[in-house]
Amino acid sequence: MNAVKKFLGIIWMVIAVLSYGILLKTALTQISVKPTTDTLVQWSIFVVIFFPIAIGFLIFGWLAFKGAYDRLPNSSDEMGS
Amino acid sequence: MQSTVDKKLIRKVIFASSVGTLIEWYDFYIFGSLAPIIAMQFFPKTNPTAALLSTLATFAAGFIVRPFGALVFGRLGDKVGRKYTFLLTLILMGGATFAIGLIPGYDKIGFLAPILVLLLRLVQGLALGGEYGGAATYVAEHAPENRRGYFTSWIQTTATLGLLLSLGIILFTRQSMSADSAESIRIFEDWGWRIPFWFSVVLVGMSVYIRLKMHESPAFSKLKAEGKTSVNPIKESLMKKANLKMVLLALFGATMGQGVVWYTGQFYAQTFLENVCKIDFEQTRTIIIWAIIFATPLFIFFGNLSDKIGRKWIIMVGLLSAVLLYRPIYQQMLNITSTQGISVDVSKTRIQSVLSPISGKNYSLQTRATFTNFDNGIVEKKIHVDTLMASGIEVPQIIDKVSKELPTDRYWILVGLIFLQILFVTMSYGPIAAFLVEMFPTKIRYTSMSLPYHLGNGVFGGLTPFIAVLLGTMYTGDLLVGLWYPIAVAALCLVIGTVYLSNKIDTNVND
Repeated sequence: MNAVKKFLGIIWMVIAVLSYGILLKTALTQISVKPTTDTLVQWSIFVVIFFPIAIGFLIFGWLAFKGAYDRLPNSSDEMGS
Repeated sequence: MQSTVDKKLIRKVIFASSVGTLIEWYDFYIFGSLAPIIAMQFFPKTNPTAALLSTLATFAAGFIVRPFGALVFGRLGDKVGRKYTFLLTLILMGGATFAIGLIPGYDKIGFLAPILVLLLRLVQGLALGGEYGGAATYVAEHAPENRRGYFTSWIQTTATLGLLLSLGIILFTRQSMSADSAESIRIFEDWGWRIPFWFSVVLVGMSVYIRLKMHESPAFSKLKAEGKTSVNPIKESLMKKANLKMVLLALFGATMGQGVVWYTGQFYAQTFLENVCKIDFEQTRTIIIWAIIFATPLFIFFGNLSDKIGRKWIIMVGLLSAVLLYRPIYQQMLNITSTQGISVDVSKTRIQSVLSPISGKNYSLQTRATFTNFDNGIVEKKIHVDTLMASGIEVPQIIDKVSKELPTDRYWILVGLIFLQILFVTMSYGPIAAFLVEMFPTKIRYTSMSLPYHLGNGVFGGLTPFIAVLLGTMYTGDLLVGLWYPIAVAALCLVIGTVYLSNKIDTNVND
């Protein structure tokens, strides 16, 4: 199972980069097709708000790939100190 | 004897926490439910800057600032305490909501009106970001270890009940402004919409009174007495690898999927009924209200079940059901409300026409309502408005509105279809408070659980209706295209949760 977790880590990193790239491309296309204030605001918000989330997903993938999720803490006590 | 005292205490804790959280959700949702009226009052579309503020206030601000509220108030809750922090969020939310109801319209104070609304909407989002984590943590830290899922599930009912309360009060106020139904709606749209906002202050006042009598959570009090509270909870939550990995896992393996399921079942469903199926305003809302009433006890059922079989698989089955069944359910919603190919009972077709003179103008508005009865029992109402000049010339206006009224059998089938969607919500949302609480240690719990919760619910979930509608405008050939967003997010979350999450219940949350 740990091998699957690590392999999927690569998939998550690819998805993080690809999905943000698609979002960016769609935003640029939509803004150029309909350059109104509403379109600009809506798509800019998506691009800004999903940027840290994409970074977070990339880190998640990296951690999974490095085996950080091979063993989860049995209790929150293990993380407390 | 001890056990009776404990039971009394936990009931008090649940009541005090749930009532306050319910009121916060109520405050947050009345803004959304009244968005079209708020837009008319404060954001005239003829003015581009006001329209920009409208977009920000109604679409983005409330949801997107929630994670920031989670960080600001989570930090406070982990440093100062749970009780005072969620008391503060309640007062902020109540104050902001009441103040929205007091702001004079754009026609009276100009640009100041939309700016004030936007600022107050930001305060609402921040307050909500701080509230939920506090309430869930507070209840969980009082609950016995084998019943944490059950007791925190009461908190989980509050978001749905807050939505129910907001819909109920809006419908009630809309009908009670005058004995004449049309006049009542007119008064409501003129100033009556402010009443649900003002009503909030009564609810918040009661809740603050109840919460002031409560004590700090025992786990946090112990930590504070020992001087072990966190110096910098945000830094510890996000910069420490052992904790950061759990924050990310909570977000991508649980809350992002649960967030889209919540907002699809209860918000997008409403938008879809009204805008795609063209169901009448009141029937749309009562359908949602009935479905919520029938489904709400299931939050408690699944919370309780999670104490026995673990949290993970209940959440995952909720996500799986949504992924597999959303498209068939929405297709069925379209079929049930369709009038395509259905013959018309011409003998029952009627037209009502009303002429409304506009004071000080040389024209009147002529409203024509055409009622068409279909053989499947659906009555379609088409409203067409023309401007009738004093000279007698008719100038057609582009105000055509279609709405359908469903017969009883179809109405209840729709209630059943929405109920199914809320069933998925109860599975994925019922156990999640206990699940998140058990993931993190006491000293950074408020911050650590609030952040993934509000990113999942506020950003992924809160944007669902908007993204789904946006997809519908981009790909007009498929009426169900908007569902691909929640389906994709829930599917991704399902895979991550299934592979990486543990089903083990952490019995000790006093660490």
